[in-house]
Amino acid sequence: MSLLRKVMSGFVLFVSLFIGSLCAAEPEYSTLNLRPGVTENSQRVFDLHMEVVWIMLAVAGLVFAAILFAVIRFRKSNHPTPAKFSHSTTLEIIWTVIPILILAYLAKPAIGLLLDMEDTTKADMSVKVTGKQWYWEYEYLDSSVKFASRLSTPVEVYDNRNNEPVEKGENYLLEVDNELVLPVGKKIRFLLTSSDVIHSWWMPDFAVKMDAIPGFVNETWTRIDKPGVYRGVCAELCGALHGFMPIVVRALPQAEYDQWVETKLAEKAEAERLAAEAAAKNWSMEDLMAKGKEVYDAKCAMCHQKGGEGLGAFPALKGSKIAIESDKIDEHINIIVLGKNMMPKFGEELTDAEIAAVVTYERNAWGNDTKDVVQPARVTELKAGN
Amino acid sequence: MAHDHHPTGISRWLFTTNHKDIGSMYLWFSFIMFLIGGLMALLIRAELFMPGLQFFEPNFFNSLTTLHGLIMVFGAVMPAFVGLANWLIPMQIGAPDMALPRMNNFSFWILPFAFSLLLLSLVPQLFPDGPPNFGWTFYAPLSTKYGPASTDFFIFGVHLMGISSIMGAINVIVTVFNMRAPGMTLMKMPMFVWTWVITAFLLIMVMPVLAGAVTMMLTDRHFGTSFFDAAGGGDPVMFQHIFWFFGHPEVYIMILPAFGIASHIIPTFSRKPLFGYASMVYATASIAFLSFVVWAHHMFTVGMPVAGELYFMIATMIIAVPTGVKIFNWVATMWKGSITFETPMLFALAFVVLFTLGGVSGVMLAMTPVDKQYHDTYFVVAHFHYVLFPGAIFGTIAAVYYWLPKWTGNMYNETLGKIHFWFSIIAVNITFFPMHFSGLAGMQRRVPDYNMMFEGFNQLSSIGAFMLGFGQLLFLYIVINCVKGGKGKATDQVWEGAEGLEFTHLPSPAPYHSFEQAPEVK
Amino acid sequence: MSERKNSKVVKKVIGLLGLMTLFTFAMVPLYNVFCEITGINGKVLVSKELYESVEADKSRTITVELITDINREMPWKFNSTIKKLEVHPGELNEVVFYAKNYSKSTITGQAVPSVAPSQGSFYLNKTECFCFDQQTLKPGEEINMPMKFYIDPEIPDHIHTLTLSYVLFNATSKSSSSLSQR
Repeated sequence: MSLLRKVMSGFVLFVSLFIGSLCAAEPEYSTLNLRPGVTENSQRVFDLHMEVVWIMLAVAGLVFAAILFAVIRFRKSNHPTPAKFSHSTTLEIIWTVIPILILAYLAKPAIGLLLDMEDTTKADMSVKVTGKQWYWEYEYLDSSVKFASRLSTPVEVYDNRNNEPVEKGENYLLEVDNELVLPVGKKIRFLLTSSDVIHSWWMPDFAVKMDAIPGFVNETWTRIDKPGVYRGVCAELCGALHGFMPIVVRALPQAEYDQWVETKLAEKAEAERLAAEAAAKNWSMEDLMAKGKEVYDAKCAMCHQKGGEGLGAFPALKGSKIAIESDKIDEHINIIVLGKNMMPKFGEELTDAEIAAVVTYERNAWGNDTKDVVQPARVTELKAGN
Repeated sequence: MAHDHHPTGISRWLFTTNHKDIGSMYLWFSFIMFLIGGLMALLIRAELFMPGLQFFEPNFFNSLTTLHGLIMVFGAVMPAFVGLANWLIPMQIGAPDMALPRMNNFSFWILPFAFSLLLLSLVPQLFPDGPPNFGWTFYAPLSTKYGPASTDFFIFGVHLMGISSIMGAINVIVTVFNMRAPGMTLMKMPMFVWTWVITAFLLIMVMPVLAGAVTMMLTDRHFGTSFFDAAGGGDPVMFQHIFWFFGHPEVYIMILPAFGIASHIIPTFSRKPLFGYASMVYATASIAFLSFVVWAHHMFTVGMPVAGELYFMIATMIIAVPTGVKIFNWVATMWKGSITFETPMLFALAFVVLFTLGGVSGVMLAMTPVDKQYHDTYFVVAHFHYVLFPGAIFGTIAAVYYWLPKWTGNMYNETLGKIHFWFSIIAVNITFFPMHFSGLAGMQRRVPDYNMMFEGFNQLSSIGAFMLGFGQLLFLYIVINCVKGGKGKATDQVWEGAEGLEFTHLPSPAPYHSFEQAPEVK
Repeated sequence: MSERKNSKVVKKVIGLLGLMTLFTFAMVPLYNVFCEITGINGKVLVSKELYESVEADKSRTITVELITDINREMPWKFNSTIKKLEVHPGELNEVVFYAKNYSKSTITGQAVPSVAPSQGSFYLNKTECFCFDQQTLKPGEEINMPMKFYIDPEIPDHIHTLTLSYVLFNATSKSSSSLSQR
């Protein structure tokens, strides 16, 4: 029966491995433990977590020690005649009361921390976060900056089903095209909502996790202490690409943040000017195809795939009726502008020229050779409602 | 058994009203479901072996996690416990059979249809948009407005499972209330019977809630209602409240009978009576009661008012107290006993040890501020697999080893049993322990792909899962081998320290009708 | 023999079953009442309040943020013309929302309001709002929709900012049993 002793020692090994790993854990980006994070609350959450880990390990350790002792000392070979007792009121009271005391000890700091975490008043700025299948949209309520933030890991890097595994970067699946930029030292209030299913905005370094629920706004807050780049994910199952909508926050000192806002606003004005210009001009087939491929790979390939072959519930564009029949050009544009079923609407995110380019690309790439050339003007007309 | 006249062949099983036949069918059904659900788990672990999508597109991966959860909860664990209840309750209370034998037959035969409906969704010709893909918790609106066509089959499947569970529960309650042997007062009932009566009441109270939730889903999907749709004045969060009002008691439905099993096996092999029988009963009852008032601890991130969060945190932490009492009582039962380590005892010990681990991570999850970090990560996955695999499944396996000689009249192969145990306990820890780490480090649930920093622990989990899965085939062999003769005949008492009517008053194998004449209980 | 005893227990258990079924469906109205009382989720009472010229409390200023969203299946443009305004509790304010139907079909929209912090929903009183009714727009049609509200002067001191969110849902297929009739 030394086997039993072996499993017990194996178990002790496991537990000590766990304890050891906690001690050895690096303060940031540990692969073993929570991160202390970069806000006061995340640090407090981390401290409370460590406290409860130690207490719980101690409790479990005591129980295991008692079992181990009983298993060795009171095995039949060591202890042939069993005792007859079957209850002890004193003991039973003791092991009812002691857990209550331990729990009360744990509950006290948890209550204080919770009250602080839920106090969203007196915020310096508000950011609206909208969860969408499958990306995030951020809107700064104070400066009217608004953009979508999508996974930037290319689909051929994560979809290894047909080809050789591709080298994956350090931030694989945790990188986005447009980061959420926030100032340090300010109390930032997040307003969360969703335009389809429930998502959950989780930033481990801030100890912030809040559901984005369609039709309702939730609020939560943070105050970042340290400039840096922080990475999180969507935590609530939200459909096929739930694992592919990461969150990246870049925290900047106030001055740099202000600069960023200005740049962003200037960029927006410039982009609008360029878009108007582009929408007015007549594009060549080559320019449309080049632009279209760029837009397609960034925004469409995640679902419809690089080669237009589709993926599961996402329809193929290669050979699809809408993309090859010449009387369906307007319908094709409308789907991109207004969305359809699972497909989000791109009417606001993409310029008319970009939409025209991507439609042209989809109608001529991958053997769809329709020779159709769609000009931005047609998109503008359709958007205007005729 | 020649003198027991009953039909043979297929009609024996189709029309049987015998509690032992029905119990066996439940157990075999649950084992088949366990293998199907386990196969899905292995597919999930294969996909998660390394970063990048290897085998499945993400939507199908979500279907796998959904079906794995539904099949294991409703197809493996719950029918296994009903099967054990069928086999054991009449023998333990000194009754000839269950009180409502025809309903017993019916409640079993519903199950294959329910699960056929669910598994039919895997046929792509019928459902081009795939099986249910919204997780076993089927949160609205992902499952209502955005659910695939197969959701309707899922809804009818859940209705059927619910009806089956309710009939099973009614049967247990009536049997225990009306058919106890003279002299067996409530406070003399074996622990397994006690835990099952309490489970049966939980089932009666929450299965209608589940049925209501899926009915509302159905009307939202097809009849224009807006229970869970904000557009018509509904609220998706209300779905979660209703679901978890069912879901949390459901968690205890899946563990209380295992508590009962451990309370039989540990005293037997310690050769000492169960410590604190009365407090065990009260602890079970209070756990059951508390399970109705803590549901929203599954929803700490939905934006509840802070007063609600505080209440649910405190109420949840209190559950640790009666649960602790049970664990301490088991340890005290072994204390100063005379312990031997046959396979059932090994599984029961592993149950106590590993369930304790699941319990302490449960206390961590109860604390709202830190739960906001743990919620929906692999830490939660580790937690509930620690209470379900070593809890419900090891409990069931322990029960099968413990009572199999009584059921078949033959001893199983002890050496193989021990190999099965060591293999399982090592594999279960390799599978689920690393999930604590990947969850804390930031890996969220229900994703087919992950960053490289989680690779090591996921590989470990996958290796463990394959060991664990294939290890259970050995269990299948041991059981079949035992049914066919095993290692010789079992004695009537089977185990040296075994107590209870089934061991003291019935021969091995137990006769077709357990107690033709009610025994006298002193 | 025990048939009668059995059916007695069965009847009781089925009674319990029936009660729980009733309870499940009762949870829906109970939940709504509970939400309206406690303000969970900022679910707003969509009822018209009368403005009884309450004294404006000029000593306090509350920032009201207006945010809009369009549910995915809604091919409209929808926004508020003002994103943010400072108001005194008690005074009547008017804001305007703009909507346009981009699609090729006539579509009915239903705006669903929500307030953060959820507690604030008690103190935001609307005297006129497009969310009381559904809006039907023909293809290409646009509309300016006024909304009048005042903030109850009894609003707790710790609330400095109120965010009012409107999400526009497609209500074309739903019957007209909208919020206003609930």
